[in-house]
Amino acid sequence: MTALPTPAPARARAARRRSRRATLVAWGFAAPFVVLFLVFMAGPIVASLGMSFTDLTTRDLQTPFNVNLVGLDNYLRLFEDPRFVRSLLNTGIFVLVGVPVTMALALAVALALNTGIAKFRTVFRVGYYAPVVTSIVAIAIVWRFILQPDGLLNAFLGWFGIEGPNWLQSTSWALPSLIMMAVWRNIGTLMVIFLAGLQGVPKEHHEAAMVDGANAWQRFGSITLPALRPTLLFAAVITGIGFLQFFEEPFVMTRGGPLDSTLSTAMYTYQQFGFGNYSYASAASYVLFLAIVALSLIQFRFLGRKD
Amino acid sequence: MTQLTDPPAAGAATGAAAAGAAAEASAVPPVGAAAPRTSERPPRRRRGPRRWWLYLVLAAGLVAMVMPFVWMILGSFKTNAEIRQHPTNFWPIDPTLDNYAQLFGRLDFANYFANSLIVAFFVTAGNIVFSSMVGYALAKLEFRGKRLLFGLVLATLMVPGVVTFVPLFVLTANLGLVNSYPGLILPFLITPLGVFLMRQFMLSLPDELIEAARIDGASEWRIFLRVIMPLCGPAVATLTILTFLASWNNFLWPLVVATSEDKYTLPVALALYSVGQNAAQYGLMMAGAVVVVVPVLAVFVVLQRYFVQGIALTGIK
Repeated sequence: MTALPTPAPARARAARRRSRRATLVAWGFAAPFVVLFLVFMAGPIVASLGMSFTDLTTRDLQTPFNVNLVGLDNYLRLFEDPRFVRSLLNTGIFVLVGVPVTMALALAVALALNTGIAKFRTVFRVGYYAPVVTSIVAIAIVWRFILQPDGLLNAFLGWFGIEGPNWLQSTSWALPSLIMMAVWRNIGTLMVIFLAGLQGVPKEHHEAAMVDGANAWQRFGSITLPALRPTLLFAAVITGIGFLQFFEEPFVMTRGGPLDSTLSTAMYTYQQFGFGNYSYASAASYVLFLAIVALSLIQFRFLGRKD
Repeated sequence: MTQLTDPPAAGAATGAAAAGAAAEASAVPPVGAAAPRTSERPPRRRRGPRRWWLYLVLAAGLVAMVMPFVWMILGSFKTNAEIRQHPTNFWPIDPTLDNYAQLFGRLDFANYFANSLIVAFFVTAGNIVFSSMVGYALAKLEFRGKRLLFGLVLATLMVPGVVTFVPLFVLTANLGLVNSYPGLILPFLITPLGVFLMRQFMLSLPDELIEAARIDGASEWRIFLRVIMPLCGPAVATLTILTFLASWNNFLWPLVVATSEDKYTLPVALALYSVGQNAAQYGLMMAGAVVVVVPVLAVFVVLQRYFVQGIALTGIK
């Protein structure tokens, strides 16, 4: 009886039933993730946008229906607030200076480690990477003391007869100080990414160029750099996304000062949240989010091209 | 002016130079071994000096990378007066444990340490369980909505906490979870990054194993638990390290949601004390930083292979 071939429609129905069952089982595996994702991730992302068009403040928490729609008011107010504009400017400088400097130094370290360093490779790798794993808060506190007027850095500069500034209290040096610390902390990540990227540079090309008499700089410029381009772009994007959110550094080291010279957009958002201006803070965070999305899109395009 | 930083720091510098020189000497054999291919070029003599300055530069960079940690640890054993003394003193003249005594006595750092551990433990466990489950579905099962689900994971890979924390706080407040462990833990039980990592790893496992188990009549859950998970050791190790670390160092959300001292995590306590009335207690703050950083550094040095693997697997710290 079972050996008889099943008629086609019945077979199709069985296949459909099987696939429906498979779908159910699969969503069973995904269910806990999906629920948590919708509640704690997708929900807030949408809610944040929605809130940014309302006048929700801390007083409305108990009575959410008292909230009014205000359209683009929050956004218009943001861009009229010189402190917010200043925070955008600071964040922009932080990214546009910090990212290239981090990348250049990390690339130099990766190249040095990649060319003929046989001894102490692990020591160097661990040492350069160590800041990455540490808490920014803790590190920012240590750096605050290092950057004191009579701190370690100025003592070091003193050996060379340089009188260092009061780094964190100076409107012109505070932001560069934070950038310096961010560079220090992020070299390790990019070093590892670049080291992985350098594995993909074909050795034969280097050997061929050496036979042709190209020197190290020429080989770097015409072989290593082009081969590394996707890696460099990827590194720039993920570092840029990280730097756009800088928050702990000003929070611990300068409180955004002096005179807002280190106020970041994330810090501004947090301050507005602290004042209870929830919808206004949401609008500020969404401006930052759009910048991050723009950077991510660049990365998606690049990832798409790789496939 | 005599007993300031110079002697030990200079010692460290020459030490590094000596290490570089020693490294240069012992680095010659591998170069010689690689040399035969280009033997018409002048060997070793040319490369020797170049190696030497490479090591020197790398060592100088290493000192710059490690110095803040050294400074932190030394500072934690100094009295407040000694840290503020001018010119700066490098080694503690009169090492004291007083800062640590205060940290765990007058301040409640044992409690903050426990809070950090509790939160990190649950966050890590949640990520391992839930990311593995959904990772298995995305990597090895065919179902409706799979592309949509994976698209959502990819799209939210980079969403930062600063975008979601305001509505998340409103939600948490409405659920009555402000200043509670669930409030600290729940939003981080899953991360798109964890899902991505587990899926990528499981894709590399052979389908034949699963098909063989299916023919034997095993259910998908049984296959997941008995066939797939035992093979996921490296991915789980990487995910554990990444998640634990992210939770341990997490700052913004605990700062927002832990409203009273008994729920502070270490970074929150440290940050708030460092800008509060203890701001001038340098030694105390250094000791606090040591408590946050040194356990992580110790684990990192032991397991550094897995940390680096995590970056290679995901491209994201």
